[in-house]
Amino acid sequence: MVSREAANEAFYRALLDDDPEKLYEQAPCGYLSTTPDGSIVKVNTTFLTWTGYSREDLVGVRSFVDLLTPGGRIYHETHYAPMLRMQGTVREIALEIVASDGRRLPVLLNAALGRDPDGNPVAVRVAVFDASERREYERELLRTKQRAEVSEARATALARTLQQTLIPPALPAIPDLEVAAVYRPAGTGAEVGGDFYDVFQIGTGDWVVALGDVCGKGAEAAVVTALARYTLRAIAVRVSDPSQMLHELNDAVLRHDTERYCTVALLRLRQSNDGWTVTMSLGGHPSPLLVRAGHPPTGWGEPGSLVGVFESATYADSALRLDHGDALLLYTDGVTEGRRGNEFFGEDRLRLSVTAHAGSATSLTDGVVADVLEFQNGMPRDDIALVALRVPTAAVPLTASRERYSPTS
Amino acid sequence: MRNNVKVSGRAGGQVMLFAHGFGCDQNMWRFVAPAFEDDFRVVTFDHVGAGGSDLASYDPQRYSTLQGYADDVLEICRKLDLRDVVFVGHSVSAMIGLLADLAAPGLFAKQVLIGPSPRYINDGTYVGGFEPEDIDELLESLDSNYLGWSSAMAPVIMGNSDRPELGAELTDSFCRTDPEIARAFARVTFTSDNRADLAKVSTPTLVLQCTDDVIAPVAVGRYVHDHLPDSSLVMLTASGHCPNLSAPAETIDAIAEFVRS
Repeated sequence: MVSREAANEAFYRALLDDDPEKLYEQAPCGYLSTTPDGSIVKVNTTFLTWTGYSREDLVGVRSFVDLLTPGGRIYHETHYAPMLRMQGTVREIALEIVASDGRRLPVLLNAALGRDPDGNPVAVRVAVFDASERREYERELLRTKQRAEVSEARATALARTLQQTLIPPALPAIPDLEVAAVYRPAGTGAEVGGDFYDVFQIGTGDWVVALGDVCGKGAEAAVVTALARYTLRAIAVRVSDPSQMLHELNDAVLRHDTERYCTVALLRLRQSNDGWTVTMSLGGHPSPLLVRAGHPPTGWGEPGSLVGVFESATYADSALRLDHGDALLLYTDGVTEGRRGNEFFGEDRLRLSVTAHAGSATSLTDGVVADVLEFQNGMPRDDIALVALRVPTAAVPLTASRERYSPTS
Repeated sequence: MRNNVKVSGRAGGQVMLFAHGFGCDQNMWRFVAPAFEDDFRVVTFDHVGAGGSDLASYDPQRYSTLQGYADDVLEICRKLDLRDVVFVGHSVSAMIGLLADLAAPGLFAKQVLIGPSPRYINDGTYVGGFEPEDIDELLESLDSNYLGWSSAMAPVIMGNSDRPELGAELTDSFCRTDPEIARAFARVTFTSDNRADLAKVSTPTLVLQCTDDVIAPVAVGRYVHDHLPDSSLVMLTASGHCPNLSAPAETIDAIAEFVRS
């Protein structure tokens, strides 16, 4: 057993042995001192051992920058030296020292600029740390980061492409009806959203408009979005009532092997003599706003079950007539649930926004989406989809085309 | 303005426009530009991607050639209605200024090129000082020195556009920018070749050459001087690539003598 006295004695012996000269020469890092312009004036043994140079090779002969790789010299001159001069110190600079045999030694450097009492630079002191293994690890990290960035870019491109297949590339032109739609994915649009809409024709003066929101995002939600969109198109050929169509869609989503469900606002529009008759059924979706001149915007429609949740879902049809100047705005909850801090955009703001932008179908969708985005500083937390339908105010000039699209029932 | 332009000095004085090189920002002129404020209207700025410039304005396409940077110089002159300008360009900005001068003849009354190089890469008998693989090495050097950069840091640096003095707390952003931009600027700079443009420049030009500059060696400075129709060459006793930092007095004297002659 070592006595306390013996331990103390060993400690002081070791301390004496580590005199300042040895501390410098055999420090576990390389030391270099240079003039402010880089000429080497002093170097320790550790640095010489690592690099294979003799003191005579370096002191008074070489500049520090001479010991670097050509690429490293550029970095030294354009970054390291200016930072050292302006800041007085630099830390953790990664460079490679070319050893006497041409071998490259990855190092990390810390350096400090010494000044005389007048503040003029007199010396640069550099501590050099061998970073061979660390550099290899960092390179691996860098490669991994680059691979991750490539994958991310690919995933984003895939999401965008997929997204484009879930909404019509362009809205069809419907005679005597203004139709406008806007889709704005959440955040940066790097993920496939769950909102969708569709507008398609069944017959002359007979159209279907759907707007929906699949719960969740990403590939799995996209599967349900595609399912809903194409199922509705298929059903519409043989089923006329929106409520009946929703029942069939509900069955299709339930049969599908997914946990996802959706909300849908489904409209059938038939052109009548002078205007449009709208029949609508809601599947768990917010009521569209009916916009009529001289009236505040009001929600319209009978609530119905979520689509793809209940076997015994209930859906009801509501019908109304859209006259000249009347408009319907369909929206997803990304509009009303747009958030700023703890505050929601909400229905009151939506109604104000609708009133302010009621001039045309396009001004409705563009104006409302602009207001919602502004409320969230341009970065929506959820997908936003809007479809506006509006019967033009004035008699439509193309009387000929109107006759062609005479009412069907 | 996206270039973080700063104007100081004598109102109504002749304009001296200082352009920094690759690596850092307009703070590179901190020891030189003030010496001219008594007599000149001093304009400094950051290239887009550097210092306090608007990083969001960085357009990889526009800045894929030095001409894109030269166009910014011209835009600054146009917006501030600068004429009869003494252009002072350090490092790559020497060639950026040259391109601006060629695009708008007469805008610059005089040019001062500090450590210019019309081509950094050796080509036949032309010695630029570097081989193509050296530039790859530089890019690697940039990569390993930007490990500390994180996207969370970007807004801090972008918000740091108004820096009166380089205090301890803000120096983190001096010579640091988005690594993607640094890489692109390095590539544009060190693969540029403007040798053919030298002969077209008729503006009186001063070439300031350091004695021991690893980026723009003496031979390159002489090449620039030999190929510019109206130039003088001043050899500085300073060594390194940044006499504006390491030997400001000598740099100021040389510029002053030239602009006042």
